[in-house]
Amino acid sequence: MQMKFMVKKACCSGGRAGALELGNCPKPIETPALLLSTRKGLPHFIAPDLLPSLPFPDSHLLQISPLHFLEGLASTTISKIGGLHQMLSLHQYGIAAVARDSIQCLPESKGATKLGPSFETPCGRLSVKPKDYVEMISCMRPNIWATLADEVPAWVSEKRNKTSVDRTVRWLDDCLALNPAAGSVFGAIVGGPNLDERKRCAVEVAKRNVSGYWIGGFGLGERIEERPALLSAIIDVLPDEKPRMISGLGLPEEILEGIDAGIDLFDSTYIYSLTLGGFALTFSLDKGGNQYDFQRCQVERDLTKINLRAKVYRKDMSPILGNCTCYTCQNHTKAYINHLFNVHEMLAQTLLEMEAIKDGRFKKFRMTFIESRRVHQETEAVCV
Amino acid sequence: MLPPLHSGTRSRQVGKERANALWNRNIVGQSGVVRMFRGTSLQAPITWCLCFKPKPKPKTNTTNMLPPLHSGTRSRQGYSTTVTNAMALVFEVLGRFNRARAARLTLPHHVCQTPLFMPVGTQGTIKGLTNSQLEDIGCQIILGNTYHLALRPTSELLDEVGGLHNFMNWQRGLLTDSGGFQMVSLLHLADITEKGVTFQSPVDGKPMLLTPEESIQIQNRIGADIIMALDDVVKTTITGPRVEEAMYRTLRWIDRCIAAHKRPHDQNLFGIVQGGLDPILRDICAKGLVDRNLPGYAIGGLSGGEDKNSFWRVVAQCTAALPEDKPRYVMGVGYPLDIVVCSALGADMYDCVYPTRTARFGTALIPEGVLKLKHKAMAEDTRPIDPTCPCMVCKNYTRAYIHCLVTKDAMGSQLLSYHNLYYMLQLSRNLHSSIVEGRFPEFVCDFLHKMVCSRKSPGP
Repeated sequence: MQMKFMVKKACCSGGRAGALELGNCPKPIETPALLLSTRKGLPHFIAPDLLPSLPFPDSHLLQISPLHFLEGLASTTISKIGGLHQMLSLHQYGIAAVARDSIQCLPESKGATKLGPSFETPCGRLSVKPKDYVEMISCMRPNIWATLADEVPAWVSEKRNKTSVDRTVRWLDDCLALNPAAGSVFGAIVGGPNLDERKRCAVEVAKRNVSGYWIGGFGLGERIEERPALLSAIIDVLPDEKPRMISGLGLPEEILEGIDAGIDLFDSTYIYSLTLGGFALTFSLDKGGNQYDFQRCQVERDLTKINLRAKVYRKDMSPILGNCTCYTCQNHTKAYINHLFNVHEMLAQTLLEMEAIKDGRFKKFRMTFIESRRVHQETEAVCV
Repeated sequence: MLPPLHSGTRSRQVGKERANALWNRNIVGQSGVVRMFRGTSLQAPITWCLCFKPKPKPKTNTTNMLPPLHSGTRSRQGYSTTVTNAMALVFEVLGRFNRARAARLTLPHHVCQTPLFMPVGTQGTIKGLTNSQLEDIGCQIILGNTYHLALRPTSELLDEVGGLHNFMNWQRGLLTDSGGFQMVSLLHLADITEKGVTFQSPVDGKPMLLTPEESIQIQNRIGADIIMALDDVVKTTITGPRVEEAMYRTLRWIDRCIAAHKRPHDQNLFGIVQGGLDPILRDICAKGLVDRNLPGYAIGGLSGGEDKNSFWRVVAQCTAALPEDKPRYVMGVGYPLDIVVCSALGADMYDCVYPTRTARFGTALIPEGVLKLKHKAMAEDTRPIDPTCPCMVCKNYTRAYIHCLVTKDAMGSQLLSYHNLYYMLQLSRNLHSSIVEGRFPEFVCDFLHKMVCSRKSPGP
């Protein structure tokens, strides 16, 4: 189950393409990559027998929050079943455990104490101590896990921000000292919108014996203009040969920015929010980068997505994206999905999520990316 | 072999039994077939059916091209003219055991094996499952609700896009109900007159008149393989003149439905036997419908809260009265035990929301009955839902994991619906193959043994 990471190609600005090898995945996962966001271990709406219809090996990395299982499933039971891979029957998938899921388990800085961070979850506010967390991880046996972080929003005081860095580094030491047998440890890096604190945290974490880095504290109120500087401050002190994961960047533009700065793994909460809202992404899937010329309609869409709840699609018997090869586009029409949304049927979300994941929303960015930086041709396919 | 379950209660129920015997002799006993059902318990039809030695399998296949096997005297009596309606189905009986039969039902879109269970996809989708999953688990016909589809997305839209098959991209069989059942389920919204039913639309609150002609026109536009005549449905728990009125109205409406049916060569119009629990009314209705020579017949108005004794009596009477060479569909039946009982009595098709609805409430169907996955005991149970089930869910997931999903996450409903539908479809397949292979009694014994004898201890 040992993880291996290799940078295949890097460019001067920091952007890079690599490959992540996990013991149980038959093929290396090319980075930059998206992690499928999950709820209790499975993608929100896609049943496990439909997962293989997503492209291989691109969608073979899942992000799981161990906190989800506190709602009704004891860690010992998971351990008895044989860990997450066995319980979810996803033997060939990579699983990365991060406490924060950016959807339902959000960091709650006011509740954090020196003993451990606090999270708002569907079953109330939870305080998680490093010891409990490491115990959960040992039972779940993910491929990758991020240590606990005291994530604070951008508006807290300097003092509180400084404390969060101190705590995060201490909890990292606590987690490492407990020395769980399972998985590769990703050290958590925080520091809010403060450049010096970010750098201090990154330097401290880089000194520790970890297999990779998890960057937290983003998407919590910092200004978009601040991000590139913060990211590069962190990345500059991190060793090149270890993978970097980030949480809290959602929009395609933000992910592009992250790729530019040299981040390798991203969460995909954007897909989830779009799906809930009834939006379908309509980027080009064309490898040549030509924007597929779908019919022009002036309402309810921008250049990248369409709102399938809109009335114009009531009779639209065309697929979401004409040249898309995903299950949804191959089998269903906009009119049908529009109807499903109208009558509140849950299949609508299933179809849309499949569409979104396969859609290749990052293709467009791949094109901009590879044009300017000539990175590996297939890089972004990972994100599809 | 099970002991006759009614034997113990015999002495206490002499009075009731006499009434039953009278009922049998007077009403259904003319042919001598139904006389056998004298039990007072649910298992009576089954025990009766198992008392017979298996007869040599009839080798002749019956299609609807051939004259009816039951000689037709009953249905044709007193009528000189034979109505011939166009049919878009072929019904070939492949095997029999007493009254139970296994058949091949060829519809315009799919060749089906009966007995068959039809999952209910009210609004053009089985809640939470994709078409590919439904094909994987062997779903043959999906039922759509005319009432709901007419409201949204409207039948005009469905017609415009080439029917419901095209709209939901489902290549196999479809059946639409008439909207009549919603008279019962949404009664506070409905006003029933000779002209039709006036519903209050739940979408915009406007009154919406559903006449037999309208119902058929809508169903013609939806384009399902099987369409149902509009019937006047009353709750089975109601007695008195309303039942009689509803039955006669159903008979009057069937002619209006036949006249309104514009696509008899692509769609099969099934008539529905009504008449509540009254054997005389049921008999009149069945005879009346058989005279219309429809492609198939349904037994309606059941599963509305009547006791099981009345339920199977009505099914037994109706299946005996309906022609041998046409499919028989018991509407709204979905408990596994009821399906086995009805199949033993000669019914072929069933539909119910039970497997999917109960899944959404956290209950799994297993050979021993049901498994309540919300129960605390499931939290640490690392066995699959049903260790003998080869479905995707049972192969991959533990009760403990499903326990933490059910009723909280969409995935819980999806996985449980998948298993429950698999269970129902597998049951249909087993019924079919056991009848064809001449081991129906063994199958029923085995089924009952598991279901009845392990009631006290859920879970193997």
